[in-house]
Amino acid sequence: MNFFGYRRPDGTVGIRNHVLILPCSACASTTADMVSRQVQGTVALVNQNGCAQVESDLAITMDVLAGLAANPNVYGTVLIGLGCENAQASMMEKLIRSKTNKPLYTLVIQEEGGTVATIKKATEYARQMVEEASAMQREEFPLSELILGTNCGGSDPTSGLASNPVVGNLSDRLVDNGSTSILCETTEFIGAEHILAKQAETPEIAQQIYDIIQRYEDHLSNVGENLRNGNPSPGNKAGGITTLEEKSLGCIHKGGHRPIVEVFDYAQRPSKKGLVIMDTPGYDIASVTGIAAGGAQVMVFTTGRGTPTGNPIMPVIKLTANKGTYDKMKDNIDVDVSAVLRGEKTVEEMGGELLQEVINVANGKVTKAEAFGFGDIAISRVCNYV
Amino acid sequence: MERKTNAIVINPSDSVAVATEKLTAGDTAYYVVNGEIQEIKIVTEVPIYHKFARKDINKGEEVYKYGQSIGKAIRDIHVGEHVHTQNLVSIREGIQH
Repeated sequence: MNFFGYRRPDGTVGIRNHVLILPCSACASTTADMVSRQVQGTVALVNQNGCAQVESDLAITMDVLAGLAANPNVYGTVLIGLGCENAQASMMEKLIRSKTNKPLYTLVIQEEGGTVATIKKATEYARQMVEEASAMQREEFPLSELILGTNCGGSDPTSGLASNPVVGNLSDRLVDNGSTSILCETTEFIGAEHILAKQAETPEIAQQIYDIIQRYEDHLSNVGENLRNGNPSPGNKAGGITTLEEKSLGCIHKGGHRPIVEVFDYAQRPSKKGLVIMDTPGYDIASVTGIAAGGAQVMVFTTGRGTPTGNPIMPVIKLTANKGTYDKMKDNIDVDVSAVLRGEKTVEEMGGELLQEVINVANGKVTKAEAFGFGDIAISRVCNYV
Repeated sequence: MERKTNAIVINPSDSVAVATEKLTAGDTAYYVVNGEIQEIKIVTEVPIYHKFARKDINKGEEVYKYGQSIGKAIRDIHVGEHVHTQNLVSIREGIQH
Protein backbone atom coordinates (compact mmCIF):
# COMPACT_ATOMS: atom_id res chain seq x y z
CA MET A 1 0.00 0.00 0.00
CA ASN A 2 1.20 3.49 -0.88
CA PHE A 3 0.58 7.16 -0.13
CA PHE A 4 1.58 10.43 -1.78
CA GLY A 5 4.02 12.60 0.16
CA TYR A 6 6.84 15.11 -0.10
CA ARG A 7 10.42 13.88 -0.33
CA ARG A 8 12.77 15.73 2.04
CA PRO A 9 16.52 16.21 1.50
CA ASP A 10 17.22 14.33 4.76
CA GLY A 11 15.54 11.20 3.38
CA THR A 12 12.25 11.47 5.28
CA VAL A 13 8.81 11.82 3.68
CA GLY A 14 6.29 14.47 4.73
CA ILE A 15 2.52 14.45 4.26
CA ARG A 16 2.23 18.22 4.74
CA ASN A 17 4.47 20.98 3.40
CA HIS A 18 4.51 23.59 6.16
CA VAL A 19 6.96 26.42 6.62
CA LEU A 20 7.49 26.63 10.39
CA ILE A 21 8.04 29.95 12.18
CA LEU A 22 9.69 28.69 15.35
CA PRO A 23 10.22 30.84 18.48
CA CYS A 24 13.16 29.87 20.71
CA SER A 25 11.37 31.14 23.81
CA ALA A 26 8.14 32.65 25.07
CA CYS A 27 9.72 36.07 24.42
CA ALA A 28 9.82 35.39 20.66
CA SER A 29 6.41 33.69 20.40
CA THR A 30 4.26 36.73 19.58
CA THR A 31 6.79 37.88 16.97
CA ALA A 32 6.69 34.42 15.38
CA ASP A 33 2.90 34.56 15.32
CA MET A 34 2.97 38.01 13.66
CA VAL A 35 5.32 36.71 10.95
CA SER A 36 3.09 33.70 10.34
CA ARG A 37 0.06 35.97 9.89
CA GLN A 38 1.87 37.75 7.04
CA VAL A 39 2.51 34.63 4.94
CA GLN A 40 -0.04 31.99 3.92
CA GLY A 41 1.44 28.51 4.09
CA THR A 42 3.36 29.09 7.31
CA VAL A 43 2.54 27.85 10.81
CA ALA A 44 3.77 29.30 14.10
CA LEU A 45 3.45 27.89 17.58
CA VAL A 46 3.28 29.26 21.09
CA ASN A 47 6.39 28.27 23.05
CA GLN A 48 5.86 28.81 26.76
CA ASN A 49 9.41 27.65 27.60
CA GLY A 50 13.00 28.25 26.43
CA CYS A 51 14.16 30.35 29.36
CA ALA A 52 14.38 30.23 33.18
CA GLN A 53 14.55 26.45 33.07
CA VAL A 54 16.87 24.00 34.84
CA GLU A 55 19.28 22.18 32.56
CA SER A 56 17.23 19.00 32.15
CA ASP A 57 14.09 21.00 31.36
CA LEU A 58 15.93 23.20 28.89
CA ALA A 59 17.20 20.08 27.13
CA ILE A 60 13.62 18.79 26.80
CA THR A 61 12.41 22.12 25.42
CA MET A 62 15.23 22.32 22.88
CA ASP A 63 14.72 18.70 21.80
CA VAL A 64 11.03 19.38 21.22
CA LEU A 65 11.61 22.57 19.24
CA ALA A 66 14.36 21.04 17.10
CA GLY A 67 12.28 17.88 16.64
CA LEU A 68 9.35 19.90 15.36
CA ALA A 69 11.62 21.67 12.85
CA ALA A 70 12.94 18.26 11.74
CA ASN A 71 9.46 16.71 11.45
CA PRO A 72 9.00 15.52 7.84
CA ASN A 73 5.82 17.61 7.48
CA VAL A 74 7.96 20.76 7.66
CA TYR A 75 9.55 22.03 4.44
CA GLY A 76 11.78 24.50 6.24
CA THR A 77 12.01 26.68 9.34
CA VAL A 78 12.45 30.36 10.18
CA LEU A 79 13.88 30.30 13.71
CA ILE A 80 13.36 33.42 15.83
CA GLY A 81 15.16 34.01 19.13
CA LEU A 82 15.02 36.99 21.47
CA GLY A 83 18.76 36.97 22.13
CA CYS A 84 19.25 36.53 25.87
CA GLU A 85 17.19 33.38 26.49
CA ASN A 86 18.64 30.03 27.63
CA ALA A 87 17.58 28.34 24.40
CA GLN A 88 20.03 30.45 22.37
CA ALA A 89 19.17 30.71 18.68
CA SER A 90 22.71 29.64 17.75
CA MET A 91 22.40 26.50 19.92
CA MET A 92 18.96 25.79 18.52
CA GLU A 93 20.24 26.22 14.98
CA LYS A 94 23.06 23.75 15.66
CA LEU A 95 20.64 21.23 17.19
CA ILE A 96 18.24 21.50 14.25
CA ARG A 97 21.11 21.08 11.77
CA SER A 98 22.24 17.95 13.64
CA LYS A 99 18.80 16.43 12.92
CA THR A 100 18.08 17.67 9.38
CA ASN A 101 19.55 19.50 6.39
CA LYS A 102 16.25 21.14 5.43
CA PRO A 103 16.11 24.92 4.75
CA LEU A 104 16.66 27.00 7.89
CA TYR A 105 16.99 30.75 8.56
CA THR A 106 17.74 32.21 11.97
CA LEU A 107 16.93 35.69 13.31
CA VAL A 108 17.59 37.25 16.72
CA ILE A 109 15.26 40.07 17.76
CA GLN A 110 17.85 41.93 19.88
CA GLU A 111 20.36 41.82 17.00
CA GLU A 112 17.93 42.70 14.19
CA GLY A 113 16.82 45.80 16.08
CA GLY A 114 13.37 45.04 17.45
CA THR A 115 10.01 43.80 16.32
CA VAL A 116 9.53 45.61 13.02
CA ALA A 117 13.00 44.84 11.65
CA THR A 118 12.70 41.17 12.69
CA ILE A 119 9.25 40.76 11.21
CA LYS A 120 10.33 42.41 7.96
CA LYS A 121 13.27 40.07 7.41
CA ALA A 122 11.49 36.96 8.71
CA THR A 123 8.53 37.66 6.44
CA GLU A 124 10.83 37.86 3.42
CA TYR A 125 12.48 34.54 4.34
CA ALA A 126 9.11 32.91 5.00
CA ARG A 127 7.59 34.11 1.70
CA GLN A 128 10.59 32.80 -0.22
CA MET A 129 10.38 29.44 1.55
CA VAL A 130 6.65 29.10 0.91
CA GLU A 131 7.27 29.79 -2.78
CA GLU A 132 9.90 27.04 -2.92
CA ALA A 133 7.71 24.66 -0.93
CA SER A 134 4.71 25.28 -3.20
CA ALA A 135 6.72 24.19 -6.25
CA MET A 136 7.12 20.67 -4.82
CA GLN A 137 5.05 17.79 -6.17
CA ARG A 138 3.80 14.84 -4.13
CA GLU A 139 5.37 11.50 -5.01
CA GLU A 140 4.24 7.95 -4.28
CA PHE A 141 5.81 6.19 -1.29
CA PRO A 142 5.21 2.88 0.51
CA LEU A 143 3.40 2.92 3.87
CA SER A 144 6.67 1.89 5.49
CA GLU A 145 7.71 5.57 5.31
CA LEU A 146 4.92 6.49 7.73
CA ILE A 147 5.33 6.99 11.47
CA LEU A 148 1.96 6.89 13.24
CA GLY A 149 1.43 8.40 16.67
CA THR A 150 -1.40 7.17 18.91
CA ASN A 151 -2.87 9.00 21.87
CA CYS A 152 -6.05 9.26 23.91
CA GLY A 153 -7.67 12.14 25.74
CA GLY A 154 -11.01 12.85 27.37
CA SER A 155 -11.55 9.09 27.67
CA ASP A 156 -14.80 7.41 28.73
CA PRO A 157 -15.84 3.70 28.91
CA THR A 158 -16.22 3.56 25.12
CA SER A 159 -12.51 4.41 24.64
CA GLY A 160 -11.20 1.16 26.11
CA LEU A 161 -14.06 -0.93 24.68
CA ALA A 162 -13.96 0.10 21.04
CA SER A 163 -11.89 3.17 20.08
CA ASN A 164 -8.56 1.92 21.43
CA PRO A 165 -8.97 -1.66 20.10
CA VAL A 166 -9.75 -0.19 16.64
CA VAL A 167 -6.57 1.91 16.83
CA GLY A 168 -4.70 -1.22 17.95
CA ASN A 169 -5.91 -2.98 14.80
CA LEU A 170 -4.76 0.01 12.71
CA SER A 171 -1.39 -0.16 14.44
CA ASP A 172 -1.06 -3.87 13.60
CA ARG A 173 -1.96 -3.21 9.96
CA LEU A 174 0.61 -0.42 9.67
CA VAL A 175 3.34 -2.46 11.38
CA ASP A 176 2.57 -5.35 9.01
CA ASN A 177 3.16 -2.88 6.15
CA GLY A 178 6.56 -1.95 7.54
CA SER A 179 5.51 1.30 9.25
CA THR A 180 6.31 2.53 12.75
CA SER A 181 3.56 2.94 15.35
CA ILE A 182 4.28 4.90 18.54
CA LEU A 183 2.52 3.93 21.76
CA CYS A 184 2.86 6.52 24.52
CA GLU A 185 1.45 7.89 27.81
CA THR A 186 3.69 6.11 30.30
CA THR A 187 1.56 7.04 33.31
CA GLU A 188 -1.29 5.05 31.80
CA PHE A 189 0.78 1.86 31.50
CA ILE A 190 0.80 1.51 35.30
CA GLY A 191 -1.05 -1.68 36.22
CA ALA A 192 -0.49 -3.27 32.82
CA GLU A 193 3.29 -2.96 32.71
CA HIS A 194 3.73 -6.73 33.14
CA ILE A 195 1.49 -7.29 30.11
CA LEU A 196 3.33 -4.70 28.01
CA ALA A 197 6.63 -6.22 29.14
CA LYS A 198 5.50 -9.62 27.80
CA GLN A 199 4.97 -7.92 24.42
CA ALA A 200 8.58 -6.69 24.37
CA GLU A 201 10.81 -8.27 21.72
CA THR A 202 13.72 -8.78 24.14
CA PRO A 203 14.21 -8.94 27.95
CA GLU A 204 16.18 -5.67 27.71
CA ILE A 205 13.22 -3.87 26.14
CA ALA A 206 10.92 -5.38 28.80
CA GLN A 207 13.19 -3.96 31.49
CA GLN A 208 13.16 -0.54 29.79
CA ILE A 209 9.35 -0.55 30.01
CA TYR A 210 9.57 -1.17 33.78
CA ASP A 211 12.29 1.48 34.02
CA ILE A 212 10.34 4.34 32.43
CA ILE A 213 7.40 3.61 34.75
CA GLN A 214 9.72 3.43 37.76
CA ARG A 215 11.26 6.78 36.76
CA TYR A 216 7.81 8.35 36.72
CA GLU A 217 6.83 6.84 40.05
CA ASP A 218 10.12 7.92 41.65
CA HIS A 219 9.62 11.44 40.33
CA LEU A 220 6.11 11.59 41.77
CA SER A 221 7.14 10.10 45.13
CA ASN A 222 9.80 12.84 45.40
CA VAL A 223 6.99 15.36 45.59
CA GLY A 224 4.83 13.12 47.80
CA GLU A 225 2.46 11.95 45.08
CA ASN A 226 1.32 8.49 43.97
CA LEU A 227 -0.56 7.36 40.87
CA ARG A 228 -1.68 3.98 42.22
CA ASN A 229 -3.74 5.09 45.22
CA GLY A 230 -7.41 5.34 44.44
CA ASN A 231 -6.89 4.02 40.92
CA PRO A 232 -9.20 2.94 39.26
CA SER A 233 -11.15 5.96 40.50
CA PRO A 234 -14.70 5.70 41.86
CA GLY A 235 -15.84 7.14 38.53
CA ASN A 236 -13.93 4.43 36.63
CA LYS A 237 -15.55 1.75 38.81
CA ALA A 238 -19.03 3.17 38.33
CA GLY A 239 -18.27 3.07 34.61
CA GLY A 240 -17.50 -0.66 34.78
CA ILE A 241 -13.71 -0.77 35.30
CA THR A 242 -12.85 -3.21 38.12
CA THR A 243 -9.02 -3.44 38.26
CA LEU A 244 -6.03 -1.24 37.46
CA GLU A 245 -4.73 -3.74 34.89
CA GLU A 246 -8.11 -3.60 33.14
CA LYS A 247 -8.02 0.22 33.03
CA SER A 248 -4.48 0.33 31.70
CA LEU A 249 -5.17 -2.47 29.19
CA GLY A 250 -7.89 -0.27 27.73
CA CYS A 251 -5.25 2.39 27.13
CA ILE A 252 -2.35 0.23 25.91
CA HIS A 253 -4.63 -1.59 23.47
CA LYS A 254 -3.95 1.33 21.10
CA GLY A 255 -0.56 -0.21 20.42
CA GLY A 256 -2.00 -3.43 19.02
CA HIS A 257 -0.40 -6.85 19.29
CA ARG A 258 2.96 -6.71 17.52
CA PRO A 259 6.26 -7.02 19.45
CA ILE A 260 7.56 -3.82 21.07
CA VAL A 261 10.93 -3.27 19.39
CA GLU A 262 12.15 -0.04 21.04
CA VAL A 263 11.61 2.21 24.08
CA PHE A 264 12.91 5.78 23.87
CA ASP A 265 12.74 9.19 25.55
CA TYR A 266 10.25 11.98 25.05
CA ALA A 267 10.56 13.88 21.74
CA GLN A 268 13.26 11.54 20.38
CA ARG A 269 12.97 9.88 16.98
CA PRO A 270 12.38 6.11 16.77
CA SER A 271 15.28 4.27 15.15
CA LYS A 272 13.29 1.13 14.35
CA LYS A 273 10.26 0.14 12.30
CA GLY A 274 7.46 -1.64 14.13
CA LEU A 275 5.67 -0.99 17.41
CA VAL A 276 7.70 1.35 19.64
CA ILE A 277 7.13 3.18 22.93
CA MET A 278 7.89 6.84 23.56
CA ASP A 279 8.06 7.86 27.24
CA THR A 280 5.46 10.65 27.42
CA PRO A 281 3.23 12.04 30.18
CA GLY A 282 -0.49 11.25 30.34
CA TYR A 283 -1.22 14.94 29.61
CA ASP A 284 -2.49 14.55 26.07
CA ILE A 285 -1.26 17.84 24.60
CA ALA A 286 2.28 17.35 25.94
CA SER A 287 2.26 13.76 24.70
CA VAL A 288 1.06 14.74 21.20
CA THR A 289 3.71 17.51 21.03
CA GLY A 290 6.45 15.01 21.96
CA ILE A 291 5.28 12.59 19.29
CA ALA A 292 5.28 15.30 16.61
CA ALA A 293 8.80 16.22 17.74
CA GLY A 294 9.72 12.54 17.37
CA GLY A 295 8.94 12.74 13.66
CA ALA A 296 5.48 11.17 13.40
CA GLN A 297 3.73 12.50 10.30
CA VAL A 298 0.20 11.58 11.43
CA MET A 299 -1.65 10.77 14.63
CA VAL A 300 -4.88 9.00 15.55
CA PHE A 301 -6.38 10.28 18.78
CA THR A 302 -9.19 8.52 20.62
CA THR A 303 -11.68 10.41 22.75
CA GLY A 304 -14.87 9.65 24.62
CA ARG A 305 -15.89 13.05 25.92
CA GLY A 306 -14.69 14.85 22.77
CA THR A 307 -11.90 17.37 22.19
CA PRO A 308 -11.10 19.92 19.47
CA THR A 309 -7.31 19.49 19.78
CA GLY A 310 -4.86 19.52 16.89
CA ASN A 311 -1.14 19.99 16.33
CA PRO A 312 0.38 22.74 14.15
CA ILE A 313 2.43 20.41 11.93
CA MET A 314 1.09 16.85 12.39
CA PRO A 315 -2.52 16.08 11.34
CA VAL A 316 -4.46 14.62 14.29
CA ILE A 317 -7.30 12.29 13.25
CA LYS A 318 -9.75 12.14 16.14
CA LEU A 319 -12.15 9.26 16.64
CA THR A 320 -14.77 8.24 19.15
CA ALA A 321 -16.99 5.23 19.82
CA ASN A 322 -19.43 7.40 21.75
CA LYS A 323 -22.24 8.12 19.28
CA GLY A 324 -23.65 10.92 21.45
CA THR A 325 -20.28 12.68 21.53
CA TYR A 326 -19.81 12.28 17.77
CA ASP A 327 -23.27 13.70 17.06
CA LYS A 328 -22.68 16.64 19.40
CA MET A 329 -19.12 17.40 18.22
CA LYS A 330 -19.16 16.41 14.53
CA ASP A 331 -17.17 19.51 13.62
CA ASN A 332 -14.32 18.37 15.91
CA ILE A 333 -14.27 14.58 15.52
CA ASP A 334 -13.23 12.90 12.27
CA VAL A 335 -14.27 9.26 12.65
CA ASP A 336 -17.24 7.58 14.37
CA VAL A 337 -16.43 3.97 15.36
CA SER A 338 -19.55 3.42 17.47
CA ALA A 339 -20.71 0.74 14.99
CA VAL A 340 -18.32 -1.60 16.83
CA LEU A 341 -20.23 -1.16 20.09
CA ARG A 342 -23.53 -1.80 18.32
CA GLY A 343 -22.15 -5.01 16.81
CA GLU A 344 -22.65 -3.66 13.29
CA LYS A 345 -18.94 -3.77 12.47
CA THR A 346 -16.03 -5.71 13.86
CA VAL A 347 -12.86 -4.14 15.24
CA GLU A 348 -11.06 -5.58 12.18
CA GLU A 349 -13.50 -3.99 9.70
CA MET A 350 -13.28 -0.63 11.47
CA GLY A 351 -9.47 -0.91 11.64
CA GLY A 352 -9.42 -1.38 7.86
CA GLU A 353 -11.60 1.70 7.36
CA LEU A 354 -9.38 3.69 9.72
CA LEU A 355 -6.30 2.69 7.73
CA GLN A 356 -7.98 4.06 4.59
CA GLU A 357 -8.72 7.32 6.45
CA VAL A 358 -5.06 7.56 7.55
CA ILE A 359 -4.00 7.11 3.90
CA ASN A 360 -6.56 9.74 2.79
CA VAL A 361 -5.19 12.22 5.34
CA ALA A 362 -1.63 11.34 4.35
CA ASN A 363 -2.58 12.09 0.73
CA GLY A 364 -3.82 15.53 1.73
CA LYS A 365 -7.35 15.22 3.14
CA VAL A 366 -7.71 17.97 5.74
CA THR A 367 -8.63 16.87 9.28
CA LYS A 368 -11.24 18.79 11.24
CA ALA A 369 -8.59 20.23 13.57
CA GLU A 370 -6.53 21.35 10.55
CA ALA A 371 -9.54 23.06 8.94
CA PHE A 372 -9.97 25.19 12.07
CA GLY A 373 -6.23 25.75 12.43
CA PHE A 374 -5.87 24.11 15.84
CA GLY A 375 -2.23 24.17 16.91
CA ASP A 376 -2.05 23.16 20.57
CA ILE A 377 1.44 22.85 22.01
CA ALA A 378 2.56 21.77 25.50
CA ILE A 379 6.14 20.80 26.32
CA SER A 380 6.74 18.24 29.07
CA ARG A 381 8.82 19.40 32.02
CA VAL A 382 10.64 18.12 35.06
CA CYS A 383 10.16 20.98 37.53
CA ASN A 384 9.02 24.53 38.10
CA TYR A 385 10.57 27.54 36.34
CA VAL A 386 13.64 29.07 38.00
CA MET B 1 -26.17 -8.14 10.82
CA GLU B 2 -29.84 -8.88 11.45
CA ARG B 3 -30.09 -9.20 15.20
CA LYS B 4 -29.14 -6.18 17.27
CA THR B 5 -26.40 -6.92 19.77
CA ASN B 6 -26.43 -5.65 23.33
CA ALA B 7 -22.93 -6.67 24.39
CA ILE B 8 -19.41 -6.82 23.01
CA VAL B 9 -16.56 -9.32 23.30
CA ILE B 10 -13.24 -7.63 22.64
CA ASN B 11 -11.12 -10.74 22.12
CA PRO B 12 -12.43 -14.24 21.31
CA SER B 13 -10.42 -15.67 24.24
CA ASP B 14 -12.09 -13.34 26.76
CA SER B 15 -14.06 -14.96 29.59
CA VAL B 16 -16.13 -11.80 29.99
CA ALA B 17 -18.29 -9.72 27.67
CA VAL B 18 -19.28 -6.08 28.18
CA ALA B 19 -22.89 -4.90 28.14
CA THR B 20 -23.49 -2.05 25.68
CA GLU B 21 -26.88 -1.42 27.29
CA LYS B 22 -28.27 -2.13 30.74
CA LEU B 23 -29.17 -5.82 31.16
CA THR B 24 -31.28 -7.46 33.86
CA ALA B 25 -31.75 -11.04 35.09
CA GLY B 26 -33.63 -13.06 32.48
CA ASP B 27 -32.45 -10.95 29.55
CA THR B 28 -30.59 -12.62 26.71
CA ALA B 29 -27.21 -11.07 25.85
CA TYR B 30 -26.22 -11.13 22.16
CA TYR B 31 -22.66 -10.49 21.05
CA VAL B 32 -20.42 -11.26 18.10
CA VAL B 33 -17.46 -13.65 18.38
CA ASN B 34 -15.45 -14.50 15.26
CA GLY B 35 -18.17 -13.06 13.05
CA GLU B 36 -20.98 -15.08 14.60
CA ILE B 37 -23.65 -14.01 17.03
CA GLN B 38 -23.60 -15.86 20.33
CA GLU B 39 -26.14 -15.59 23.10
CA ILE B 40 -26.30 -16.31 26.82
CA LYS B 41 -28.85 -15.81 29.59
CA ILE B 42 -28.10 -12.98 32.01
CA VAL B 43 -28.66 -14.01 35.66
CA THR B 44 -28.00 -10.74 37.54
CA GLU B 45 -28.30 -7.06 36.82
CA VAL B 46 -25.46 -5.76 34.59
CA PRO B 47 -25.15 -1.95 34.21
CA ILE B 48 -24.16 -0.46 30.84
CA TYR B 49 -20.43 -0.93 30.04
CA HIS B 50 -20.06 -3.44 32.91
CA LYS B 51 -18.82 -6.99 32.46
CA PHE B 52 -20.58 -10.34 32.70
CA ALA B 53 -19.21 -13.89 32.54
CA ARG B 54 -19.39 -15.74 29.20
CA LYS B 55 -18.70 -19.03 30.99
CA ASP B 56 -18.43 -20.40 34.52
CA ILE B 57 -15.27 -19.07 36.18
CA ASN B 58 -13.93 -20.91 39.25
CA LYS B 59 -12.71 -19.13 42.37
CA GLY B 60 -8.98 -18.42 41.94
CA GLU B 61 -9.16 -18.54 38.14
CA GLU B 62 -7.89 -15.58 36.10
CA VAL B 63 -10.46 -13.48 34.25
CA TYR B 64 -9.72 -12.45 30.66
CA LYS B 65 -10.63 -9.26 28.80
CA TYR B 66 -8.69 -7.71 25.86
CA GLY B 67 -7.25 -11.24 25.53
CA GLN B 68 -5.33 -10.58 28.77
CA SER B 69 -5.72 -11.32 32.46
CA ILE B 70 -7.45 -8.45 34.26
CA GLY B 71 -7.35 -10.16 37.67
CA LYS B 72 -8.50 -13.18 39.62
CA ALA B 73 -11.95 -14.44 40.67
CA ILE B 74 -12.39 -14.35 44.46
CA ARG B 75 -15.49 -16.55 44.33
CA ASP B 76 -17.12 -18.84 41.79
CA ILE B 77 -18.71 -16.79 39.01
CA HIS B 78 -21.58 -18.26 36.99
CA VAL B 79 -22.21 -17.72 33.31
CA GLY B 80 -24.33 -14.60 32.83
CA GLU B 81 -23.31 -13.08 36.18
CA HIS B 82 -22.10 -9.50 36.66
CA VAL B 83 -18.30 -9.47 37.07
CA HIS B 84 -17.03 -6.54 39.15
CA THR B 85 -15.43 -5.66 42.49
CA GLN B 86 -17.59 -8.21 44.40
CA ASN B 87 -16.00 -11.19 42.61
CA LEU B 88 -12.85 -9.94 40.81
CA VAL B 89 -9.62 -8.48 42.23
CA SER B 90 -6.38 -7.21 40.73
CA ILE B 91 -3.32 -9.48 40.60
CA ARG B 92 -0.64 -6.82 40.65
CA GLU B 93 2.65 -8.29 39.68
CA GLY B 94 4.06 -4.88 40.48
CA ILE B 95 7.23 -3.34 39.23
CA GLN B 96 10.33 -5.53 39.09
CA HIS B 97 13.46 -3.85 40.36
